[in-house]
Amino acid sequence: MSSNALTIIFSEIALIVYVLGALMYAVYTKKDELTSKLIWLTSAVMVALGGLIVFFGSGESTAFNGAFIDDEFARYGKVIILWSSAIILILSRDYLTKNLLLKFEYPILVAISVVGMMMMVSAGDLLSLYMGIELQALSLYVIAAFNRDSVRSTEAGLKYFVLGALSSGLLLYGVSLIYGFSGTTKFSDIALALGQGPTPLGLLVGLVFLISGLAFKISAAPFHMWTPDVYEGAPTPVTAFFATAPKVAAMILFTRIVFDAFGEIITDWQQIVSFLAVASMFLGSIAAIGQKDIKRLMAYSSIAHMGFALVGLASGSLAGIQSLLIYIAIYVVMNIGTFAFILSMEREGKSINNIIALNMYSKIEPLRALALMILMFSLAGIPPMLGFFGKFYVLKAAVDAGMAWLAIMGVIASVIGAFYYLRIIYLMYFGEETEKLDGSMSTFGWMTLMVSAIVMIVGVVNLFGIERIALSAASTLLN
Amino acid sequence: MEQLVLFLPLIGSIICGFGYKYVGEFAATAFATGLLFIAAILSWVIFINFHGPTEQIYIMRWIESGELSSFWAIRLDRLTSIMLIVVTTVSALVHFYSFGYMSDDPNWKDGESYKPRFFAYLSFFTFAMLMLVTSDNLLQMFFGWEGVGVASYLLIGFYWRKSSANSAAMKAFIVNRVGDFGFALGIFGLFYFTGSINFNDIFAAGPSLKSENIEFLWMEWSAIELLTFLLFIGAMGKSAQLFLHTWLPDAMEGPTPVSALIHAATMVTAGVFLVCRMSPLFEYAPNTLAFVTVIGATSAFIAATIGLVQNDIKRVIAYSTMSQLGYMFAAAGVGAYQAAMFHLFTHAFFKAMLFLGAGSVIHAMHHEQDMRNYGALRKKIPYTFVAMLIGTLAITGVGVPLTHIGFAGFLSKDAVIESTYAAHSLVGSYAFWLLVGAAAMTSFYSWRLIFLTFYGSPRGDIEKHNHAHESPFSMVIPLIVLAIGSIFSGMIWFEDFFGHHYNEFFGSSVYLSPENHVIEHAHHLDNWVKLSPFLAMTFGLVLSWVFYIRYPSWPSRLANTFQPLHSLLYNKYYFDEAYDFIFIKGSNALGRVFWRIGDGWIIDGGLNGLALRLIPYLTKLSGKMQSGFMYHYAFAMFIGLGVLLSWFVIKGVN
Repeated sequence: MSSNALTIIFSEIALIVYVLGALMYAVYTKKDELTSKLIWLTSAVMVALGGLIVFFGSGESTAFNGAFIDDEFARYGKVIILWSSAIILILSRDYLTKNLLLKFEYPILVAISVVGMMMMVSAGDLLSLYMGIELQALSLYVIAAFNRDSVRSTEAGLKYFVLGALSSGLLLYGVSLIYGFSGTTKFSDIALALGQGPTPLGLLVGLVFLISGLAFKISAAPFHMWTPDVYEGAPTPVTAFFATAPKVAAMILFTRIVFDAFGEIITDWQQIVSFLAVASMFLGSIAAIGQKDIKRLMAYSSIAHMGFALVGLASGSLAGIQSLLIYIAIYVVMNIGTFAFILSMEREGKSINNIIALNMYSKIEPLRALALMILMFSLAGIPPMLGFFGKFYVLKAAVDAGMAWLAIMGVIASVIGAFYYLRIIYLMYFGEETEKLDGSMSTFGWMTLMVSAIVMIVGVVNLFGIERIALSAASTLLN
Repeated sequence: MEQLVLFLPLIGSIICGFGYKYVGEFAATAFATGLLFIAAILSWVIFINFHGPTEQIYIMRWIESGELSSFWAIRLDRLTSIMLIVVTTVSALVHFYSFGYMSDDPNWKDGESYKPRFFAYLSFFTFAMLMLVTSDNLLQMFFGWEGVGVASYLLIGFYWRKSSANSAAMKAFIVNRVGDFGFALGIFGLFYFTGSINFNDIFAAGPSLKSENIEFLWMEWSAIELLTFLLFIGAMGKSAQLFLHTWLPDAMEGPTPVSALIHAATMVTAGVFLVCRMSPLFEYAPNTLAFVTVIGATSAFIAATIGLVQNDIKRVIAYSTMSQLGYMFAAAGVGAYQAAMFHLFTHAFFKAMLFLGAGSVIHAMHHEQDMRNYGALRKKIPYTFVAMLIGTLAITGVGVPLTHIGFAGFLSKDAVIESTYAAHSLVGSYAFWLLVGAAAMTSFYSWRLIFLTFYGSPRGDIEKHNHAHESPFSMVIPLIVLAIGSIFSGMIWFEDFFGHHYNEFFGSSVYLSPENHVIEHAHHLDNWVKLSPFLAMTFGLVLSWVFYIRYPSWPSRLANTFQPLHSLLYNKYYFDEAYDFIFIKGSNALGRVFWRIGDGWIIDGGLNGLALRLIPYLTKLSGKMQSGFMYHYAFAMFIGLGVLLSWFVIKGVN
């Protein structure tokens, strides 16, 4: 271990040192009274680290014999993870206060899982990959059950834990097979081993297990079953967190491993990824139609969106990775905005998750309804909202890669999926008068909702330049 | 100055159309008319002062997208300057004329404001037509092309309470769609080959296009032949040439000033203008040119035969227009673009005058249009009679044979006919004989119109005859101006257009390939060729006199004797019926198939099945699978894993 390695992994170390320090301090002083401050401080640290990466991160370097990679691709993921987590943390504060959940472990656990995610996006070895995944997942299990007096929350945490353990088992089994057939755990060495001759079937089996484990993390069908239950049961801020940063981390990791380690057998994993993509898009779109609970609905929505992102990955091309990176960035912004709204859904101080409660919401809060409408249009992929461009890029990548059939499936799924987004808009503007929602919104929540809605429209101009950034991030991966 | 000419009509249109509520009807319409007169004067200044090479006057950047880059610019050359005076002069006169003609229109109820709308449409049409003729690239031209199409649609359907006017408007629009489709394909093709839509680049690419081939439909074509052919399809639609001509007679449903401006003098000549403008391409496409000649000559002939037996005064002139347009195409087809432009130029004067004169007759006869109900009107409406007489002398081509003295049509029509003979080709001879025949028929039906309307004894509703009166001065003055043009325009500009100075006159605006000597040949033809149109005209005149003055009973006897031929002509060769059967019934049937089976059964049924049965079923199913039991979830994961593993095990490794 050289000092150089420490520089490369600086942001992870900084965050974990901060987290441990904060934990110790809180435990030995005022504990829960500090929570509010801790949330702000943790967010500030994450925003700062993200800024640090944006301004000072450059070049491509590896540490620990290639087990940790710092390149533009990883930094792209880290910045999204850090910033989105920071925003969600602040959004959580109000909800946690109202629901008497303001415990100091919350920001700590979130920060630890963020460290795990940062490890994931930088992983260059199957072992560091597993380390990152577990660090992330163990924290997530706990915060899923964070409302420990609620049966549903506990159930969600337990289900997530058991199924997560199962997926880890699949993943590890895949890792062992890959190691057995290639003799190495390092991505670059696996690629070398694959380049030397015919691919052993055992390695492919290992790849299938590995991808199954990863598919669980991004909740791609048919490994998605935990998602609706956990999203519904977990406290809403936790759901918001689940829907954003961990998905980004897992998706980035997924992309890196299939290109870095298995770039030689693109046509093989393309088939797996296409299968996952189609299954997810359709399942997400079709199953969401039956949902009345907006959190369950968002769970299926995220399944479908992951399916679309996988379409980009299935293209197996530079444009495909670029489109995937653009897609997840847009996805995260849309979800943050939507969850900022969902967090405010309450009646007489109680959280309401049933979408029927949105009936004629446009009469009560026209501006918020308008913002939500824009976000829903964007989620449905209706031009000129940004969500359309996200879909457009992945579908174009698929068509350009000669997978027009996949693009057509995507279009069909997106038509079906439009139904449930449009239904929310329908309820808000044309529904029947029912009991009204009266939830107030924190200033920060309101701003997040408005800004994300505005971003959906203004982004049409040049997508805030993300195209170019995503392209250069994607090209570092292919080199 | 050029920009002023282009934009004055647009300004007039906008202010007249939207502002009349604030400034009053008269002020609005007078304003639009005034602007048109300024534009017309400026156009004449441009025309007379223009000598130099082609100028491009930049207006603005228009569209930049990928390789496509186009500016909005005015291309000023001889062709443009000719079209400028034609368009603005006739338009200004028609605006003026409309003050009288539209003053108390029985199609409108008391107090309805229709005049500003009419003038706004007229001015808008003028703007679109000017866009077309000043265009510097194909996109601009297409804009103008569609703009005049819209204006024509609006004006044909101006009497929107009449369902026949509405159908005629739609017919004009739809038939033109067929031509425009060809035109658009031609533009796409040119862009495909040259990577540009600017005239400079396209014209420069003419020679190289000659050696290229393109796969289109089922066979290989020479690129230049195909592209020019497609462009000509567009020209055929706009200029009402055979097979795409059926809309023009119906377009007479519009008010008569519209017929004079749009459907005689300007818009319908856009096709001829297009062919002349594209001469740098057409010159390399001998087969397309032959096709142009054949279509033109045949149209001229067929239209003339139909004109022989029509009774509606405006329809006779409409078929005459189609026939004269055929002359222009025949000339362009043999490479005598100058002759085509010459005829276009003179034709604008005398045909506009014939229409405005007909309008004056109709006005006098309280909107009666059937010539069988006219007769002996020359005393009642003397100015109109003289104007119509001059128009007829011009269109039939009266002049002193073997000299250059005569009415406008004498010089230009003879130039066309001589050019076709001078081509010394098979299609040239075909065109020559057909055009000479058409000249005889032109003379016949034109004089028939005069004799039926102004001579003989009054027929039809005697009340209408008693109240017949000369039109107001606003309608007579334009007739006088146009009469001057009909008499002198041929003689004044013969030398420039067709005489020995045509090369200096047209400059680079018309391209002639080195082998093209049609006009030189035309200057040195045998006397019998030069005489033949005149003889044909005299023959037609005498025959007409015999039929309608001397022995008025002959026409009906002749019609009875040759009943089948007469009905064939009277029913316009059954083109409308055939199109109705093939295209309208056919597409209705096809539409019904798509509607019943495609829409009703497949789409509605499919959607109902999918959206109302299958998807909800799947939704329920997925809800059931989401049982909440962890072992179900784990089971699903293993099934997924199993599917993927089996896939690879069965398929094997690549």
